[in-house]
Amino acid sequence: MANLKELAARGDKFTGGHRACAGCGASIVARQALLAAGDKPVVVTCATGCLEVVSTIFPYTAWDVPFIHSAFENSAATISGVEAAYKSLHRQGTVKEDIRFLAFGGDGGTYDIGLQALSGAMERGHNMLYICYDNQAYMNTGIQRSSATPRGSSTTTSPNGKKIPGKIQFRKNLTEIMAAHGIPYVAQSVVGNWSDFTKKVEKALAKGGPAFIAVLQPCRLGWGYPPELTAELGRLAVETNFWPLYEVEDGRYKLNATPKERKPIGEWMFQQERFRHLKKPEHQSIIDDIQKDIDARWEQLNKKCSL
Amino acid sequence: MQKIILAKTGNEAMALAMKQVNPDVVAAYPITPATEIVQIFSQYVADGEVKTEFVAVESEHSAMSACIGSCAAGARTMTGTSSQGLALMYEMIYIAAGLRLPIVMADVNRALSAPINIHCDHSDSMGCRDAGWVHIFSENAQEAYDSMIQAVRIAEHKDVRLPVMVTTDGFIISHGMERIDTLPDAEVQNFIGKYDPLMHLLDVKKPFTIGAINLTDYYFEHRRAMVDAQNNSLKVIKEVGAEFGKKFDTGYGLIEKYQLDDAEVAIVALGSTCGTAKVVIDQLRAKGVKAGLLKIRVFRPFPTEEIAKALENIKTVAVLDRSDSVGGFGGPVFTEIRSALYGSAKRPQIAGFVYGLGGREIDMEQIEGLFMDLKAGKVKADSVSYLGVRE
Ligand SMILES: Cc1ncc(C[n+]2csc(CCOP(=O)(O)OP(=O)(O)O)c2C)c(N)n1
Ligand code: SF4
Ligand SMILES: [Mg+2]
Repeated sequence: MANLKELAARGDKFTGGHRACAGCGASIVARQALLAAGDKPVVVTCATGCLEVVSTIFPYTAWDVPFIHSAFENSAATISGVEAAYKSLHRQGTVKEDIRFLAFGGDGGTYDIGLQALSGAMERGHNMLYICYDNQAYMNTGIQRSSATPRGSSTTTSPNGKKIPGKIQFRKNLTEIMAAHGIPYVAQSVVGNWSDFTKKVEKALAKGGPAFIAVLQPCRLGWGYPPELTAELGRLAVETNFWPLYEVEDGRYKLNATPKERKPIGEWMFQQERFRHLKKPEHQSIIDDIQKDIDARWEQLNKKCSL
Repeated sequence: MQKIILAKTGNEAMALAMKQVNPDVVAAYPITPATEIVQIFSQYVADGEVKTEFVAVESEHSAMSACIGSCAAGARTMTGTSSQGLALMYEMIYIAAGLRLPIVMADVNRALSAPINIHCDHSDSMGCRDAGWVHIFSENAQEAYDSMIQAVRIAEHKDVRLPVMVTTDGFIISHGMERIDTLPDAEVQNFIGKYDPLMHLLDVKKPFTIGAINLTDYYFEHRRAMVDAQNNSLKVIKEVGAEFGKKFDTGYGLIEKYQLDDAEVAIVALGSTCGTAKVVIDQLRAKGVKAGLLKIRVFRPFPTEEIAKALENIKTVAVLDRSDSVGGFGGPVFTEIRSALYGSAKRPQIAGFVYGLGGREIDMEQIEGLFMDLKAGKVKADSVSYLGVRE
């Protein structure tokens, strides 16, 4: 894996000057992914959402690589087309380079509206890496709930109200759905652990075939915290076992980090505005529920990793 | 040049044209009555008869999305669909045109749900008439074959760079067997030439961003440029049609006049109905009735001037629409023509007729009846009626 010095020496392919909020985790995901790709030529697509909107305001672009955006739910389908064109033109000898294909999508564009296109592309086996930057809501349109939004979170379509205290449902486990596709590489990573993410992007791009990485991405606006805490909140999500770092390579599960001591979920939740209403004593049972769910999922994951 | 005479259905003819175009990428999804196009093409791929990378996508939305990705990556790209499939693509239809990608699509016209129906009308492609695509209708399988080949040239022309859809009437053309003249593969290849995009995504040394967000300061200019491209395509379609005629004997324009110049009564139609109308006109002419037809081959760009000119000396015209603009005054062909005629000093009386929805048959007697009503002055000008429906 490239070390920090080497990465720092590489020129940015996702450049500054874009319009993301100060402390935005999504731009960190894009920048680190392209740094990890290094000298390998890549073609990139991104679904409609914060990352695309802040980075391509015409006539400007933050992308110093060939980049296409077409719509919200079809990042995976769009890159399938690019990759099919590559296969065809490479076979015919008109394109000579060894090119990699990278698709970005938010949790809305991936867990929800784009799930079908993603599943289809993975089943067809395109040589592509799909990176979901998961900030757990539709941020671009003003913080609406998605199926990645965690239980209890207050969003503008699952608001904390007099009768209902935020989102009722638990989040969907998309990483497991992707693992069930039996593709060569599936992983979870997080903003705030650059070496874990870099390693995973390098591995996914080297592997060949379809690969998927879900990156938990703290969003200071939607989660409600001061911008300097982005990386810290990413790491805390791992230390509370809310977001385990693991990978599924050719069907084999592997944990990439085990916290020395699992921190209680409140340590992560209560640094964020979106969970603030749950501090009230009458909502303790919700916190207990969430903690139980995290512990159960962790146990299940550990079983899979010890097989 | 020796043409090869074959018996082909409309779907087979379109699939054959696609094979001879030999595109770099096809991404498609099956739907009646266009399924065969995808199936036949898959067989060409399986048999190694084309160099195409075939992407068997999981939906039409993804079909057009993949076509967009592929075409932006510099690959000559084709697809085919119908009705609900085109409706599911709708979002991406606008994007393909807005990104100025010369994708060529076969659309087998079929009614839109509900009620669900599999037969012909034009509501599917008419539903995206404002999207920026060039729309070419076919009277029969021969025209569908010829137009699919010409479409590649039109779409990729440097003054156009817009996607093109070539349509056939579902079942009537798609499944009707005809004798068609086909061209040798090499002639098709010579005619279409190489695809030479201005820029493309696989040119990794020259990175660029396509599909950027345009706000109030640029969006309008980009849409305006698309209007210019549509207008430019009027000339290009005629040039390509004329060159096709010079090389292969059958030329094509934007419209076709059949016994129109001295006609007293005329109808305007699109697609297979034109073939039926021509037979009726021959019979009426033999009886001394001066009947004529204006066939619209190209609906987008709308040949406003040519149509106004072609109709200026007719007394009464019936405009046939195989789709309706529900809640509007007449179907899309009627409203376009009425608007085209408004500025003419000499203009006919016109009436609109919506017919054939959901595959409802239109026969020779009905068309003859329409001509006779026009002649007898029984058709009320500026009226819209429904032909062949139980009221
Ligand atoms: C078909 C369609 N539906 C809705 C929208 C509106 N829309 C744009 S981005 C977005 C949410 C994006 O959420 P996510 O994918 O999580 O990305 P984020 O903005 O959080 O980065 C929505 C609903 C759209 N552009 N297209
Ligand atoms: S709203 Fe969140 S995801 Fe969007 S730009 Fe701001 S910090 Fe980034
Ligand atoms: Mg999001």
